[in-house]
Amino acid sequence: MTALLEVRNLNKSFGSVVAANDITVSVADGEVVGIIGSNGAGKTTFVNMVTGYMKPTSGTIEFQGRDITMLPTRRVIAAGISRSFQVPQVFSTATVADNLLIAYGIAQGTRYPLWRPLHHGARVDAVDAALERFGILNYRNLEAGLLPQGVRKLLDIAMATVRGPRLLLLDEPTSGISVEEKFGIMDVIMAALRAERCAVLFVEHDMEIVGRYAERVIAFAEGTIIAEGAPAAVIADPQVRRYVTGEPVGARRFRAAPAS
Amino acid sequence: MDRTTRALLAAAVLLIGASFLIPDWVIFLATVIVAKALVVLGLVILWRTGLMSFGQALYYGLAGYAVGLAQAELGVRDAFLLVGIGILSSAAIALVLGFLLARYRDIFFAMLSLAFSMIFYGTLVRSETLGSTDGFSILLPHFLGYAPGSRAAGHDLLILTVVLAAAAAWLVHRYLASPMGHLTTAIRDNEIRVEYLGYSVERAIRVKYVLAAALAGAGGALVVLAVGHVDPDSTYWTTSGEFVFVTILSGAGSVLAPFLGSALFETLRAYATDYAPHSWQMVLGVCLLLLILFMPQGVWSLFGRVRRLGAKDKVAS
Amino acid sequence: MLTALTILVDGLVYSSWLFIVAVGLTLIFGVMKVLNVAHGGFYSIGAYAAAWSIGLYFQAGFAPLGAYALLILSAIVSGAIVGFVLERGLLRFVYGRDEVLVVLVTYAVFLILENLVLQIWGVDAYLAYQPDSGLGVTKLDGLAFSNYELALIPTAGLIGFGLWWGLNRTRAGKVLRAVIHDREMALAFGIDVQRLFTVTFVIGAILGAFGGAVTAPMISVTPGIGVEVIVLAFAVVVISGLGSVPGTMVGALIVGLCRAAAVHLLPQVELFVIYAVMSVVLIVRPQGLFGTSQPRRI
Repeated sequence: MTALLEVRNLNKSFGSVVAANDITVSVADGEVVGIIGSNGAGKTTFVNMVTGYMKPTSGTIEFQGRDITMLPTRRVIAAGISRSFQVPQVFSTATVADNLLIAYGIAQGTRYPLWRPLHHGARVDAVDAALERFGILNYRNLEAGLLPQGVRKLLDIAMATVRGPRLLLLDEPTSGISVEEKFGIMDVIMAALRAERCAVLFVEHDMEIVGRYAERVIAFAEGTIIAEGAPAAVIADPQVRRYVTGEPVGARRFRAAPAS
Repeated sequence: MDRTTRALLAAAVLLIGASFLIPDWVIFLATVIVAKALVVLGLVILWRTGLMSFGQALYYGLAGYAVGLAQAELGVRDAFLLVGIGILSSAAIALVLGFLLARYRDIFFAMLSLAFSMIFYGTLVRSETLGSTDGFSILLPHFLGYAPGSRAAGHDLLILTVVLAAAAAWLVHRYLASPMGHLTTAIRDNEIRVEYLGYSVERAIRVKYVLAAALAGAGGALVVLAVGHVDPDSTYWTTSGEFVFVTILSGAGSVLAPFLGSALFETLRAYATDYAPHSWQMVLGVCLLLLILFMPQGVWSLFGRVRRLGAKDKVAS
Repeated sequence: MLTALTILVDGLVYSSWLFIVAVGLTLIFGVMKVLNVAHGGFYSIGAYAAAWSIGLYFQAGFAPLGAYALLILSAIVSGAIVGFVLERGLLRFVYGRDEVLVVLVTYAVFLILENLVLQIWGVDAYLAYQPDSGLGVTKLDGLAFSNYELALIPTAGLIGFGLWWGLNRTRAGKVLRAVIHDREMALAFGIDVQRLFTVTFVIGAILGAFGGAVTAPMISVTPGIGVEVIVLAFAVVVISGLGSVPGTMVGALIVGLCRAAAVHLLPQVELFVIYAVMSVVLIVRPQGLFGTSQPRRI
């Protein structure tokens, strides 16, 4: 069975900085994969390349057997991949509902614009259902620019699911969210996505989240994949300890402040 | 039928009714006001997308010259055909230029549009066949085979202008309410998001640019038919500047706003011509400054403010 | 007779003129990120101030040599006054606003300045040809070049060198480059960004006025010269990459040489040459030749 996403030998450099070094990743239908790595390790660059926002220096990206390496973002989206952003990208002057309506409007094709206003009955119902699934129906008439961070993230992800993607890349879905809320939000997201049966690739810094939700974990460091496998194994991997997670706090010995 | 549609219909009916009672000079003024408002309507679409064209005079003037040439070279006299020719010529050029312009935003877009209009101006001024700075005259329009005298032609033209403008404004209103229409403010807010939803921002901008040019062309064709003359001034940067001014004056809040703004503008111009004939540009500049500093949403936003004052007691949802 | 040499010299003369005229715009944009459409107004004012004062000067019968100093002086005075009043009185209130709004403000100012010029000096043409004709001509392969025109080349070089030296070799220049790089960071370091903006704007205005002043003896100074220039200056600045002074020099050179070639070889396209060059450059390199590309947003 061909994998859903097949990335082979992806390379990307920005001048002398190597953001991606021979990256090979495979994602199966419906899989949930976590990506970890310290800042600057190349995780977001990877997501950017898979979604066509950046072009790799070399290597191929295949989605459902089709080569999408050089496609522009909008074609990649049309093919069935979607993503959410580290900093949520929403239409700040539009309401939450309008944000999703626009997403639906585009997804449903804009071929007969004059005869179907944005606030068309069936579309509004679909939007409300989506808002309900992500638990943000209460915010429906609020301007997106005024939303609290967590809600904005959920809106961002909701917009990404409108086209019913087969693969969704989430870039740090819980960053900027308080510790108490993180799990709640991830529960909502993963429940909504499981209903869609879409494969998920999420970038995360919080190892507890990774441990709980990922079936498989890939660890990046300085543009290279240093470990891959079950979450517990990867997190315990010495290379991962060295480059990504660091030593557990208990094992560290604190040095006394130097005498002046 | 929503509020805007009702208002458009009412305004059109009223204006056409009044046209039988008002003197000739008011008929002429009304025609110019409504026609120029069409140009501004196009600019409003672009303004909502976050773009300001400093060169709409290109399409405004081009349509005028197309009308004149169609009369002179092709013998076309029918008003409907002439306006159609004006619209199509402007739209065609905009389609081509759009491929370059749609890649740019903000000041690049503004100045590139200015540059293109000035190229056209330069070409016209150097062209002896097109009358150079004098331009040439436009003959009275015919209406579906019927050739009215000067007075009746002016009246018929006003009716045509009002009907066309009302139809255009209604179509733009529907357009702005559709998903494609929402891609105006959406693009202004977040282009990356639009691409990530699967739509080409450049393509959307090109479409809006052609729309704006078509509207400018309609306005330009109607004005030259009303005035009976076309010259390069209609493509000069100051003409573009006036359209920009009216756009800011009107605001982007409603398709009705440009008509109000255009009326206010012509009134302002009438007073300025009387009291300060050599200071028109200064008046324009000062007023534009005051508008930008104190009322950047345009006069239409005043209606919104009044409505909100009335609703202040309601609890926010 | 037409040779490569005449085209080259003609091109260099025009390039120098373009550089002098456009560099003020570049400076202001580079430092303040404001595209000052009113730059065309500075040019007009400089041209009129120079033409008018030179007219008076020669009427009074003074020695021709002083006229050149007068040119420079009229540019400095007119540029400084208009620049200072504009920056302190208007521009500093709109800095934070939307880019297009700021351009609209400068556009409104341009309208006002153009009309001001009309009010002060009227619609008649001003001629101040004496500084130009006073220097005589040089014949190159049969084509006569006014020495005044040729003097534009070293003038442009001097201005370019002066700006380079000022930006790279003085402390004030280093501070300016810090502000260009990151305004907020500079503020955090205690740099008086506000004062710097005023100084930069005034220098830019003086340079704009100087462009007009220097041009006055070569043309008939009439209303409307400002707008032709602003479009040209913008084209040069865009080709070079907004805000780059060395880029403006290169951009001016390219445009100048292309135009000279067009004027002599294919006169019909002269008008379009600069815009054609601009279009080609923008298609190949959207940020201009020396411009910096946009930083990553996601």
